[in-house]
Amino acid sequence: MSHIVYADNAATTPVSDLVLNSMLPYHSNFYGNPSSLYKIGREAKKAVEQSREQVAGCLGALSNEIFFTSGGSEANNWAIRGIGYNLAKQGKKHIIASAFEHHSVLNILDVLKKDGFEITYLNVYKEGIIRPEDLKNAIRPDTALVTIMYANNEIGTIQPIQEIGNICKEYSIIFHTDAVQAVGNIPIDVKSLNIDLLSLSAHKLHGPKGIGALYIKKGTKILNLIEGGAQERGKRAGTENTAGIIGLSIALKDACDHIKERTKKLSLMRDRLIDGALKIEYSSLNGDRKNRLPGNVSMCFNGIEGESLLLKLDAMGICASSGSACTSGSLDPSHVLLAIGLPHEVAHGSLRLTLSDQNTEEDVSYILECLPLIVKELRDISPLWEKIINKKVKSF
Amino acid sequence: MTYSDKVMDHFSNPRNIGELKNADGIGEVGNAKCGDIMKMYIKVKNDVISDVKFKTFGCGAAIATSSMATEMVKGKNIKEALKITNKAVMEALDGLPPVKVHCSVLAEQAIKSALWDYYEKQGIDPLPILGKICNQNSEHDGCSCCT
Repeated sequence: MSHIVYADNAATTPVSDLVLNSMLPYHSNFYGNPSSLYKIGREAKKAVEQSREQVAGCLGALSNEIFFTSGGSEANNWAIRGIGYNLAKQGKKHIIASAFEHHSVLNILDVLKKDGFEITYLNVYKEGIIRPEDLKNAIRPDTALVTIMYANNEIGTIQPIQEIGNICKEYSIIFHTDAVQAVGNIPIDVKSLNIDLLSLSAHKLHGPKGIGALYIKKGTKILNLIEGGAQERGKRAGTENTAGIIGLSIALKDACDHIKERTKKLSLMRDRLIDGALKIEYSSLNGDRKNRLPGNVSMCFNGIEGESLLLKLDAMGICASSGSACTSGSLDPSHVLLAIGLPHEVAHGSLRLTLSDQNTEEDVSYILECLPLIVKELRDISPLWEKIINKKVKSF
Repeated sequence: MTYSDKVMDHFSNPRNIGELKNADGIGEVGNAKCGDIMKMYIKVKNDVISDVKFKTFGCGAAIATSSMATEMVKGKNIKEALKITNKAVMEALDGLPPVKVHCSVLAEQAIKSALWDYYEKQGIDPLPILGKICNQNSEHDGCSCCT
């Protein structure tokens, strides 16, 4: 196998040469602790603060509103825990989230639930998009926080963030958004969108793993995450991941600088991939077609199971992912696919292909060449497919 | 979670794949909701499973365990074939990840289910010979009834 078509960019992305080269001097030359007084420490500190400014600039934030973390999961955990437990002191123990948040949101919400919080999960309907009127109806006097992802990691559907932000502002409720999939793909201005907290991660944008950030609007009261030194304004102690921080800022700036042209290129490839894959009989697109990330294709193929589909694609050199039960390590398919109302038997046959600007039209052609053959091969040996075409079971 | 080379081999090149015309016994276990269905076809001659074929909807392990199970029972007399447990199928595949153990149970049950059909067609009560089959076809049993 000589050539790999990497179509799992929502999972992670390769670090770009630009990012890698910008990071290297901070491993070798400017390795000093940013808190140290000597030159190699000061240089590191300067680079960290410049990076903070650059990250802030990409989001329309102030640099003292950016707090570096180890990634998106940490940022999500911090936002929810830090706001939730702080407002619990005032008796506010109600949180509103969408039904299909990332596990780094859902699982920390479960922890808060055990501590007496009540969580309302908003329906995402078959389009995979929450409805602002549902949010309005869910708000209570004791609502502490609204946490709704910017764009879904599996089906790529984009949420009505402006409307959510406006509602939260109107009711004076703190609004956090997990924007890990959206940042760099959608232009974001936290001020005009009325976002109070926003999580992001570098490795989804051709940056390194292990680095992310939480935007916290000035004046928002939040509990500290890590006690220790004075790093990150004393809220998240620990010696800075200097090279990672540089990598994050370069990756984010590069994504934001080229957002228009990349969105155009990616959307074209995505649409060709969707149209081509939909030619396979008994297939369907998951979630709204229009309001979705420019690189996201999420589909279901009736009569086959996602993991075997992935293994066959892998054998052809194509890296993809699935929300089937067999790949989730449990017996249930992904909560995202169930949240948009797919029956288990359909969700088992899901496939996610996510493109980045490093993909080419040739990649799309190659996937469209392989996919129908693999689906047919698996359907030929599937007793479920036999039932579907003999109309013995309902298809979707 | 990683598969052994043997699992990958049986997944990529499944043995005894397809259907058998004029099968003496056909069995099906599993259900679509749980994500795996195995269908086995057997030919029986003088108490020997002379031929066997299968079709499987499911993950890599489901396809590999069905393939291995058919290979292990083919040519054996029924008594010997019934001694082949899910553990034996797993061992022959150099092991399975823990979450996939139920696939091997399903493969064992699929063989039994085909034999059940065979005995019924012969007018013989299969229950004393085969015991109860867990076929996951009842929604009440849930997806992990076999594990």
